[in-house]
Amino acid sequence: MLNSFQYIIIKKEVELKRFPPLWAVNMNRINQKLEEDKKLLSIYFTAGYPNIDDTVSIIHNLENSGVDMIEIGLPFSDPLADGPTIQDSSTKALRNGMTSEVLFQQLKDIRSSVSIPLIIMGYFNPILQYGVEAFCKKCQDVGIDGLIIPDLPVDVYHLKYKSIFDSYGLINVFLITPQTSEERIRYIDSVSNGFIYMVSSASTTGATSGFGDVQTNYFKRIEDMHLKNPQIVGFGISNHDTFKQATQYAKGAIIGSAFIKYLTHKGVDNLERFIAPILAEN
Amino acid sequence: MSYNINDNGYYGEFGGAYIPEMLYPNIEELRQNYLKITAESDFKEEFHQLLRDYVGRPSPLYLAKRLSEKYNTKIYLKREDLNHTGAHKINNTIGQILLAKRLGKTRIIAETGAGQHGVATATVCALMGIECVVYMGEIDIARQAPNVARMKMLGAKVVPALSGSRTLKDATNEAMRDWINNPVDTHYIVGSVVGPHPFPDMVARFQAVVSEEIKTQLLEKEGTENPDYLIACVGGGSNAAGTYYHYLDNEAVKIIAVEAAGKGIDSGESAATSVLGKEGIIHGSKTLLMQTNDGQITEPYSISAGLDYPGVGPMHANLYRTGRAEFIAITDDEAMTAGLELSQLEGIIPAIETSHALAVFEYKTFKPNDIIVVNLSGRGDKDLQNYIDYFGL
Ligand SMILES: Cc1ncc(COP(=O)(O)O)c(C=O)c1O
Repeated sequence: MLNSFQYIIIKKEVELKRFPPLWAVNMNRINQKLEEDKKLLSIYFTAGYPNIDDTVSIIHNLENSGVDMIEIGLPFSDPLADGPTIQDSSTKALRNGMTSEVLFQQLKDIRSSVSIPLIIMGYFNPILQYGVEAFCKKCQDVGIDGLIIPDLPVDVYHLKYKSIFDSYGLINVFLITPQTSEERIRYIDSVSNGFIYMVSSASTTGATSGFGDVQTNYFKRIEDMHLKNPQIVGFGISNHDTFKQATQYAKGAIIGSAFIKYLTHKGVDNLERFIAPILAEN
Repeated sequence: MSYNINDNGYYGEFGGAYIPEMLYPNIEELRQNYLKITAESDFKEEFHQLLRDYVGRPSPLYLAKRLSEKYNTKIYLKREDLNHTGAHKINNTIGQILLAKRLGKTRIIAETGAGQHGVATATVCALMGIECVVYMGEIDIARQAPNVARMKMLGAKVVPALSGSRTLKDATNEAMRDWINNPVDTHYIVGSVVGPHPFPDMVARFQAVVSEEIKTQLLEKEGTENPDYLIACVGGGSNAAGTYYHYLDNEAVKIIAVEAAGKGIDSGESAATSVLGKEGIIHGSKTLLMQTNDGQITEPYSISAGLDYPGVGPMHANLYRTGRAEFIAITDDEAMTAGLELSQLEGIIPAIETSHALAVFEYKTFKPNDIIVVNLSGRGDKDLQNYIDYFGL
């Protein structure tokens, strides 16, 4: 059951959709990208990994390789939702000296050369310590388009932080999983104004390989809900086949752990060797 | 003003459930059911019957005469060390295993620091015939070897946590990751009053049997339910929460919470969260925790594995913030000395965690007619090697 508070908020969302506020006219890069008539490939990497100064060149290389959107991971000491690959990259990035401040410093001129949407993915505590409003302001200053904060629950966001994110033109992206109830998915859809991050299976990052009937049925079930926000699938996508499977029912897919592994073994140059086969037609 | 939890799952500004969406269905299932199930009469009956016949409750409230004489005050020890498995932890695991059964769960996971919670969890899983996996930091596995052996003997699988500081915080991360990967059949028996709501409240309620007993026992012995002081050590804070529970809003009873200062507050090797911590989020709860300016959780240190945690439960963060409780930080050396002293004055070898609470008597002077209750949270069998090495016995 929705409580009356959630109900009022949903009503309000509906009204807002009908009469969009001014900032919405100035469309966020994420929304623009989502309108393109193609399946989107988004890549996650941990800022400060493998080396502290790789951030900007990885972003350039990814854009030049045809990636549609990038999630820049702000490393955290205790990444609860992540498997060993992203944990290790986070530990190394922190040891390399990555912090929120260093990341913003690295990104300060990024918009002079990069045009695809950039999202920061990070856990809530570092953002809380930076100051949520100060963090959002910095994001806007350097040209970040959205945030994914896995441990900031949708209800807390809605109550305390949505107005701040909105005022800095930032899109906050929420996760759903195969266990998320239909009612909660509808609630998350009503609070979202970009895309929904569809976690492919009940797992931490990097855990699964390949999709079976269970995932396919779940992707179909969500597709049939006709949500107002498009869905992008994440967790368990590693190559051309899994990218194709995931995007059969969704607007796009996110690759994280498999890309980090590539960086570990093959280094930060020649990223098109990882990306091109994924985007190949067949 | 109440110091207990409010309807939204917060103690003052602390608490809540800051969890990834992957954990939401599990936490929501618990939140919707824990009060209902624990209020059912068959639950209460089974819980109390097991506490009585299996755990050995009520635990004695023992007037420690020689210790009282030495410090010229009146000291009662609440003997949680005499519980089956040797610590207060089993009060909580009995409650949670009964809850897990009623939720239809067939697999149990837990984190452990000192191994007491791991043993208490492995014990109730054996009792109920349920599969049990315990996560334990690699460093703790080495320093609490007897408890690792006990868990194995009880049929549990002990999985070393190899990430981060390889202690309690990391074991907790691993248990949460396991839960994310096994959302349907598994219940996570959290071992202290930490984690996302409703865990802090649920664990506090199961441990509240301690303060409930103190009230009746003290009335019998002293003609009053109210001591002047309650003292307990705080790792996550479950033995402390159980000790304070029925006295939280009774400000005539003063509360002392004892944290581990490790090698000293300013040494860089400490676990004194109230002094060194700042507000933030750890393991799904908004509370006080030790962290860098950039919001990275730092690695705590204490000689005692059970206090080696960079946060405290949200109830305790609020008791600190409001001034309801006095927080005292005790060093490794002070604790070890107090542990040896209790052994030789009263014939009771305490767990090193508990020794921190006992060290308060060297730190603070009480009045001769003060009545003080200390939670003797656990026995020292698991720590014998550490005591022996430390004192060169
Ligand atoms: C004997 C004993 N006392 C105290 C603690 C600390 O835990 P808590 O603060 O939850 O009581 C532990 C934890 O392992 C313990 O074994």
